[in-house]
Amino acid sequence: MESVFYTLQDFMLHSKNITYIVMGIVLIALPLFWRFLSGRDEKKRTY
Amino acid sequence: MSHDTTRDNKLFTPFNVITGIIILVGLVLTVLRFTKGLGAVTNLDDNNPWGLWIGFDLLCGVALAAGGYVTSAACYIFGLKRYHSAVRPAILTAFLGYALVVFALNYDVGRPLRLPYPIFLSPGTTSLLYEVGLCVFLYLMVLFIEYSPAALEWLGLSKIRNIIVRLTLVLTIFGVVLSTLHQSSLGALFMIAPSKLHPLWYSGYLPVYFFISSIFAGMSMVIFEGSLAHRYLHHKMDETHLKESEGVALGFAKAAAFVMMGYVGIKVIGLAIDNNWHYLATGWGAWFLVELIGFVALPALAYALAARERNLRLARWAAAWSVLGLVLNRLNISLVAFNWHLPSAQRYFPSWMEIAISVFIVTVGIVVYRFIATHMPILYEHPDYRTDH
Repeated sequence: MESVFYTLQDFMLHSKNITYIVMGIVLIALPLFWRFLSGRDEKKRTY
Repeated sequence: MSHDTTRDNKLFTPFNVITGIIILVGLVLTVLRFTKGLGAVTNLDDNNPWGLWIGFDLLCGVALAAGGYVTSAACYIFGLKRYHSAVRPAILTAFLGYALVVFALNYDVGRPLRLPYPIFLSPGTTSLLYEVGLCVFLYLMVLFIEYSPAALEWLGLSKIRNIIVRLTLVLTIFGVVLSTLHQSSLGALFMIAPSKLHPLWYSGYLPVYFFISSIFAGMSMVIFEGSLAHRYLHHKMDETHLKESEGVALGFAKAAAFVMMGYVGIKVIGLAIDNNWHYLATGWGAWFLVELIGFVALPALAYALAARERNLRLARWAAAWSVLGLVLNRLNISLVAFNWHLPSAQRYFPSWMEIAISVFIVTVGIVVYRFIATHMPILYEHPDYRTDH
């Protein structure tokens, strides 16, 4: 992933692009993880 | 609650002998530290003025004491009353944690008698360290007041106890505000050293990382400490505590799993925003991944499985694993990845006396916790106040 950046604009464009993709993945993954976590809650909830 | 008299009467138990030896060695080293100075007992120098006592006693101590504000916020602010029985042990752990942080700080600063100076004589209002000091100073008092009803019930001072109990919500809000401030500021302290801390650990988001990790560290510590109390102080627990403990552990396991996965997410976002991916292919990168995957993502998965399957044993193992992960993270930031570019001869490694004093301080904490939990209504409700909530 090492690229040559000539300007701060180049660097920001590259790193922010990747960051937004990662953020999208995190935003999708976390609710899915929550569904996995609470998948069996209703049936066995005892408290 | 049943009383095991044989347990209470023996003096030379393995616990007493081992803690006695540790405390004795600690006292000798304490005399050495305060008579001969820092140089006699530590490997600290100008490159490494902050060593194990800051990295472990202070950074880990503060983070692992976060269970106090997390549990009381869950119970009193978010109204999750099913965690009520966990509040007192968590507050006690937090109070002792912070008290020992301040105690340990006396060993670490060159002139301990001047510790009150920043608060009362020369406040450095533009300094993060001042903010941390002020928050810890105030939060220690808040925790003392939050803990005091247990001591007052034990002493039979019901009038003062009733006044303090009425302040619970205010104290909880103070606790959350002060903790949010100083947990994050401890991370922000390291932002002054971008050239010293390895880029994989250095980030503009360090305050966020420290705060988020303190939340799951606090929850893990509540589960971990609860499992130790179940093992060694089972006879001191009342029926309510025993009945609620599984729900507390599994509820906290679920919350911790989610927060930990969120933490992994923001750590990866931090990597992306600083474009630090290429460091992952180095030895430092491998160590970073051991910390992030081995000691955060995997225990988070273990927590998730434990919460899903209602597996209490797995939740307790995951808690110990997460506590280790937190310790590893704080030591990495303050010691391992700090001054990473220096030749190995100039790197810091704590002397055996520094390690012994840290062990001594933790041991003092365990002994005081054991004394309080054995004598005061921490793991059970005092019979005179059962109908209070």
